[in-house]
Amino acid sequence: MKKENSCCSTPCCDATESLEPSAHPNRNTDFPWVLEEMDTPIGKIPKIKTQTEFADTLGAIAVRLGINRSNYRINPGLYAVGNPNDLSPVLVTANYKLTFDSLRKELSKQNLWILVLDTKGINVWCAAGKGTFSTDELIKRINLVQLKNVISHKTIILPQLGAPGVAAHEVSKHTGLKVSYGPVYARDLPRFLNNELKATTDMRKVHFTLKNRLTVIPVELKVVLKVLPILFTLLFIFNLISPGEINFSRVFLQSANNLIPYAISIALGTLGIAALLPYIPFRSFAAKGLLLGLAWAALAVRYHGTFNFPENTLIVAANILFLTSITSFSALNFTGSTTYTSISGVQKEMLYTIPLIAVATLLGLGLVITYKIMLFTG
Amino acid sequence: MGLVYLKDVTTLTLHPEKCIGCELCTQVCPHLVFTMENKKARIANKEACMECGACATNCPAAAISVHSGVG
Repeated sequence: MKKENSCCSTPCCDATESLEPSAHPNRNTDFPWVLEEMDTPIGKIPKIKTQTEFADTLGAIAVRLGINRSNYRINPGLYAVGNPNDLSPVLVTANYKLTFDSLRKELSKQNLWILVLDTKGINVWCAAGKGTFSTDELIKRINLVQLKNVISHKTIILPQLGAPGVAAHEVSKHTGLKVSYGPVYARDLPRFLNNELKATTDMRKVHFTLKNRLTVIPVELKVVLKVLPILFTLLFIFNLISPGEINFSRVFLQSANNLIPYAISIALGTLGIAALLPYIPFRSFAAKGLLLGLAWAALAVRYHGTFNFPENTLIVAANILFLTSITSFSALNFTGSTTYTSISGVQKEMLYTIPLIAVATLLGLGLVITYKIMLFTG
Repeated sequence: MGLVYLKDVTTLTLHPEKCIGCELCTQVCPHLVFTMENKKARIANKEACMECGACATNCPAAAISVHSGVG
């Protein structure tokens, strides 16, 4: 969900301050992505490989699964690709290792400089939104590495998605360097560099392809799945409260079975929404979620017995309310991972969705309590 | 691709009288919201705006305003 502190709303972006790069004990050549050191007017700087290796792929997979995600970073500073000289272009990027990898693998056969900003291990777009890929950091880093002693020209190339954080005219005012915004995607950089630093319209547009959408799922799911133990506990308590003898293992199994449709409703609100996004009617994410949720609730109550729910109208109604609420909320939450939703839009959606979900949940609870009272009295 | 978010929600505003025609907004917008017309910027596709704030931040004439979130 796009709250004021989100963009990539998941814990990813709340990177910790640990591992301050300057305090890093390793020498440049200890890093597997460094080819060798290169002598420059500002001293030795690392020359990097433009091919990613097995370890990089493994690291990328781990990060996508949410492992070590907030600390997958490289040292800020100046790097060389190929054999750059004072006339070579300068590319600016973030110090998230995944970003660095996706950039360098597009740069084979290039001779250029890469200026890595300290974005606390966060990708360019999110960092630009959060203020770490910023005018101040860029100016600071240009001065810190003494960039003007390395190049004799006056242009630095920024990724277009860094633009929310950087005021090009301010950079120019403070450093005398001109900011040129490159393409959104690193894969277009060779074309951009060959085209006198002019981006075509197709290089300027951000996409949200099926692959993009599915890539963010594991981390989304990981966050959402944390609610499953809570749901299980609630179901367990609900099932414990019943007249007659209590059989704990039976209640446990029943609760586990009850949990299945709920797990599916969460999966639909994330995985389902992500995969089917362009094909589900409505622009509103809450509405998309409601539609998926209703479809699933209809199916789930059709097989009520399979999931070990009592065949009772009150419980059927409560399940419909709960399942659709969960899917709708999960779908709304997914806006934080998209590339096209606006904060005003999300706030508008929340304004009518959150009260509706609250009412539906309370109504569902009321039905469940009524059912229990009837069990004990009837 | 047809992914468009809610209608009439964006807070994006352009003050054409302040525009100096530098074209930077057309370069930084990731959803191609702006076009140039008679050397002035024009909002051509307002619905596509996601309020990232890139245009407003980079407008040297402060001709664009938008309430942007953090991403």
